[in-house]
Amino acid sequence: MSAFLASFFSDLRDPQVQIDAIGLGAVYALMAVGIGLVFGVLRLVNFAYGQLIMAGAFSLALASEWDWPAWAGIVLCFAVVLALSLAMERLVFRPLRLQSPAVMLVATFAVAFLLQSIALLWFGPLGKPAASLATLNRPVTVGDVDIRKITIVAILLSALCLLALVLMLARTSLGLQMRAAAMDFQTARLLGVRANTVIGAAVVISGLLAAVVAVILTVQFPLVTPGFALQDTIIVLAGVVVGGMNRLLSATLGGFAIGYVSGLLSGALPTDQSQYLPSFVFGLVILVLLLRPGGLFTRGAATVERV
Amino acid sequence: MTPPALELDGLEVGYGAVSAVRGLSLHVNEGELVGLIGPNGAGKSTTLLAIMGALPIRAGDVRLAGTSIRGRDPERIARAGVALVPEGRRIYAELTVEENLRLGLAGRRERAGADADLQAVQDLFPVTREVRHRQAGALSGGQQQQLAIARALVARPRLLLLDEPSLGLAPKIVDVVFEALAEIRRREIAVLLVEQRAQRTVALADRTYVLANGELRLVLTPADAADTDKMVAAYLS
Repeated sequence: MSAFLASFFSDLRDPQVQIDAIGLGAVYALMAVGIGLVFGVLRLVNFAYGQLIMAGAFSLALASEWDWPAWAGIVLCFAVVLALSLAMERLVFRPLRLQSPAVMLVATFAVAFLLQSIALLWFGPLGKPAASLATLNRPVTVGDVDIRKITIVAILLSALCLLALVLMLARTSLGLQMRAAAMDFQTARLLGVRANTVIGAAVVISGLLAAVVAVILTVQFPLVTPGFALQDTIIVLAGVVVGGMNRLLSATLGGFAIGYVSGLLSGALPTDQSQYLPSFVFGLVILVLLLRPGGLFTRGAATVERV
Repeated sequence: MTPPALELDGLEVGYGAVSAVRGLSLHVNEGELVGLIGPNGAGKSTTLLAIMGALPIRAGDVRLAGTSIRGRDPERIARAGVALVPEGRRIYAELTVEENLRLGLAGRRERAGADADLQAVQDLFPVTREVRHRQAGALSGGQQQQLAIARALVARPRLLLLDEPSLGLAPKIVDVVFEALAEIRRREIAVLLVEQRAQRTVALADRTYVLANGELRLVLTPADAADTDKMVAAYLS
């Protein structure tokens, strides 16, 4: 046991494991922002977020099957994910906007399983490979550490997206209106903030982030199946709750934290133990929720209203 | 003859079996400041929220300069030139004072002149300029109330609705608020003022409607403000 722990902790300090964990944390942070933005304005936990990513991944797989150039596949991925996000908003979120959060959550479950079933019908359970960006999986050697290019791309791309989002929220009047709507939607409308504009903006940005995540994840896991990104979404949702759902920053940090911890554990656990990874991660989630039910990165008490 | 800035015609508002406002008719002409007073639960706030489209109207009509706005969304009514200073101020505590003011710009019909109006409002309420980078939640109640009125004014409204702007304020600050109301009237903005300070409201307003139990009881003029019997009767009738 002590030999196991010693190797476990030395693996945790391995720079390779650290870099991969940060890379996973960065991707999960993007997903957390995508989920958190829509939650902010709609009080809606979009469980179908993973299926948006799955749809983007299948677009990339189809593009690579059709021998499209990589850029065309990425364009297709963004187009499909955006169209699907907008359709989801128009057909499901908007008619249910005034319903309770529980109704909306269950509706997104239904959407999630509908999309997954459609993928199963169209592409079968074995899925399709997405190979056009596979070269990004090659490592570059920095010092004596091999880093996969996609890990560097993931970290830079996430940082860039988050920076752009922060600037948009802080500097533009649309961003100000989105922040206000997330804090008190009713007052924002009384001031003349258009509900459809702020919700539409949140849905579009959330969709763009899902497309970015789809591109990154298909490079890391080139076999696209109907269950693609499902487990990631569940882990990110747990991370968002752990971080604190009612603020974008705490939700994002929660997403990053759970990705980082998952990355560390999967790097440090011996290969024959790796099936226990979710047990470890969710054990930690339960522990944190017991100790800090309002969220790891929030101040003060949680508001029950914002379930 | 030009139609009134605001006209309520047989307004019925309510949620359950009983309407909170029943058959209310009143009007505010261009450039007028009109009071709406009455005991707690009389339906004053309900009336303002119904005008803004935030509560469903069961019967009757709301007309802005002759055009019905019944059934429109709150944001469309705000953009049609109606600004509300809501009960409890509803300031965004976590945003800065300046961000709160800029949110008021969302209700403007045109972008042109926004900066000039922002300046003018900051001149009217200098405190909103002095502490513009501070979080609005850190302001005193009086400062928050001035910010709420300033936020409504940057939208350049044709009609301003105020819901108990003097509630919970120190007497000195109440003076500041009522001076601001007089100044707003000089700017030819139609005002409907809901207040608990009956005497002061009746003295200031061109006309004051007294509401009780969701129904209009009587209409008072500034001359009635000194008539204590009439004021008391208005509340007890």
